[in-house]
Amino acid sequence: MGSRARHLRLVPVVAAASVALAALLGARAGAVEEEHDPLGYVVDRAALDDPATVAEGAELFRIGCVSCHGPGGVGSPRGPAITDAGAASAHFYLTSGRMPHAGAPDEQARRKPPAYTHEEIEDLVAYVASLGEGPEIPDVHLEEGDLQEGGDLFRGNCAACHSATGAGGALSYGQHAPSLDVATPVQIYEAMIIGPGQMPVFSPEAFSEEELNSIVRYVETLQGLGDPGGFSLGRIGPIPEGFVALVIGTGGMMLTVFLIGRRRHGEAEPPSEPVRPADASTGAGR
Amino acid sequence: MTAAGALTKATPLSRRTARWLDARLGAASFVRKALDKVFPDHWSFLLGELALWSFVILIATGVYLTFFFDASVEEIVYQGSYVPLQGVEMSRAYASALDLSFDVRAGLVMRQVHHWAANVYLATTVVHLMRIFFTGAFRRPRELNWLLGVGMLILSIVNGFVGYSLLDDQLSGTGLRIAYNIAISIPVGGTWLASLFFGGEFPGPDLIERLYVIHILLLPAVIIALLGAHLALVARQRHTQFSGPGRTERNVVGERVWPTFAAKGTAAFFLTAAMLCALGGLAQINPIWLYGPFRPAEVSAASQPDWYMGWLDGALRLWPSWEIRAFGFELPTPFYPSVLLPGVTFALLALWPFLEARITKDRREHHLLDRPRDRPLRTALGVATLAFYTVLFFGGASDVLAVTFQTSVNALFRAFRTALLVLPPVAGFVAYRLCRELARRDRPGATDEAPAVAPAAPEDGASHRRAIEPEDEPERDPASTAGVPRG
Repeated sequence: MGSRARHLRLVPVVAAASVALAALLGARAGAVEEEHDPLGYVVDRAALDDPATVAEGAELFRIGCVSCHGPGGVGSPRGPAITDAGAASAHFYLTSGRMPHAGAPDEQARRKPPAYTHEEIEDLVAYVASLGEGPEIPDVHLEEGDLQEGGDLFRGNCAACHSATGAGGALSYGQHAPSLDVATPVQIYEAMIIGPGQMPVFSPEAFSEEELNSIVRYVETLQGLGDPGGFSLGRIGPIPEGFVALVIGTGGMMLTVFLIGRRRHGEAEPPSEPVRPADASTGAGR
Repeated sequence: MTAAGALTKATPLSRRTARWLDARLGAASFVRKALDKVFPDHWSFLLGELALWSFVILIATGVYLTFFFDASVEEIVYQGSYVPLQGVEMSRAYASALDLSFDVRAGLVMRQVHHWAANVYLATTVVHLMRIFFTGAFRRPRELNWLLGVGMLILSIVNGFVGYSLLDDQLSGTGLRIAYNIAISIPVGGTWLASLFFGGEFPGPDLIERLYVIHILLLPAVIIALLGAHLALVARQRHTQFSGPGRTERNVVGERVWPTFAAKGTAAFFLTAAMLCALGGLAQINPIWLYGPFRPAEVSAASQPDWYMGWLDGALRLWPSWEIRAFGFELPTPFYPSVLLPGVTFALLALWPFLEARITKDRREHHLLDRPRDRPLRTALGVATLAFYTVLFFGGASDVLAVTFQTSVNALFRAFRTALLVLPPVAGFVAYRLCRELARRDRPGATDEAPAVAPAAPEDGASHRRAIEPEDEPERDPASTAGVPRG
């Protein structure tokens, strides 16, 4: 086989490897944010008090939520009561796709593309908010936050679970702190005031609005921060670094010395190395 | 000087320089001997060289870093160009590491090449060690060189950890905190030892400065001394070789240092430099600006050591929480996986040549290497040991693995603990069977797969190994030769 043809045969392999490498090393799915809604509100908060919206939400609730959360959100063995969850909770869970829940009831809800359209989310949020007393969708003001203070607060209060880079981390018994890569500013703020899952509530007694804004601003900055050192390797520390050092670095170097060194032990000095029939027939000889 | 050595105007400058040097140093005969030295030519003999060149790159980049790094724990307010940390209080050490990453020309790439070089240096060292072990190159008369190598391995692991701990970012501080707790877990003397080394309670005020001296002076000097002795011993005792036609215990068949082996060595250097620079330039390693300054009260998820410490981290995680109190002393949990295990590990590793000689009662000199298949027990033992430490190594990554594969950390712990007991014997047994099978196929009369023994001779001609080892026979079936080293 000509060397050109052999090289061409490698093209799909190399292409596939590069794609896989790029996916592994670099790809951090960026949040696709619409120009006019950089904070990720999605819904029109002024419309939440509209009785028509609430009625539409009640209809959607009866179709998609009642089987777990019970009629009127009073809860059931399969899902918690959400009468006092408030607009912030409904907004957080619906916009991040965590609700409707895909797994078993005791499994941690995972982020996925939202199941409902923006209007439907607006209706459902309005309905859940109408059920009782819960936190409203917060006003996020990134410009009121202080980036450096946000960093200090994040490393002191969030990094233990979400990791200093916001890549997320493991909790015990299958629970995990999710990656903050694609969380919108509103979702980050909401998570702090509602404390979803294992996460503690960042109560007003402990954190001022300005401090919460600072944290959101820091996470937002982390997301947008490039990686000056090259491929980020997922920003999860020495594990992928060790993998690259062992497999690509050391493995690549070993492969090269394998190719430049003599491989068969017990051969006489090489100049007239006979080609063995086995090699000739399989094309494996050199 | 004889007439033949007389210098005329026509003598080239290079030769005149050589003569000038020789007249003063008398080095010509030594150099000639060194250049004429024969080095056997198997690819795996270059693995140690990869480690050597990685070490050279490590020193070169490290020297550059020392020009800018400021090993001081004095608290300052960061004013460099990384915006998210501007105005944050931190140690001078961390601030200067940030400056190296953002404000020093080529600082970040040097830092990254240095860090990648450390990871690759230790990896190639371990691969080199595996080659020495599995081919029996440590046997008499090379036990001393084995000890030197094990010594370098231990010191290099320590120095790697010290370098990782220098920068005073959150990750390195977390590592030091664990090291401190391991130190105080040693019964009787542990607390004294810890406070002596750390200069008081963790984190002592002198710690970074002490680590710096250890990292850039003390340990490198010792490693370089050991390395010099290691290489001198290779030259003095000559390199081992695989058996083959014309190769005996008394000769060395291969390439002369000049020019062939020197060319290969140079190629290996450039290969190493290219790989490390490519990694340093393309792949981000240890982004300390994301980790923030060290605060003793804080910790980040996914805090791991570099890979060569991963097995220790794994041992610490997987070990059951045993505590023994007796005679007023306590043996706390971290003692077993973090003090006892590495102690036993490195003691067994260092003593292996002597243990093996005692077991096999083979105390002869060996200059011909074993093929791993010809020593199935040793190979099986080595594979089982590797399996054990590999499980520990993955145990150190348990939290990251749990998140990545969406499973429970606790389930992973149970799985790894089971694997720690089950996998080494299984891997060892499989290795043993494979060795026996491969060795059997090499032998003539291994008839079930290779019925046609007779036509072997004309096909393989003069280059056949049988010339030396009559019991050896190459594989007849091309499909069965995968994985067997050949042309």
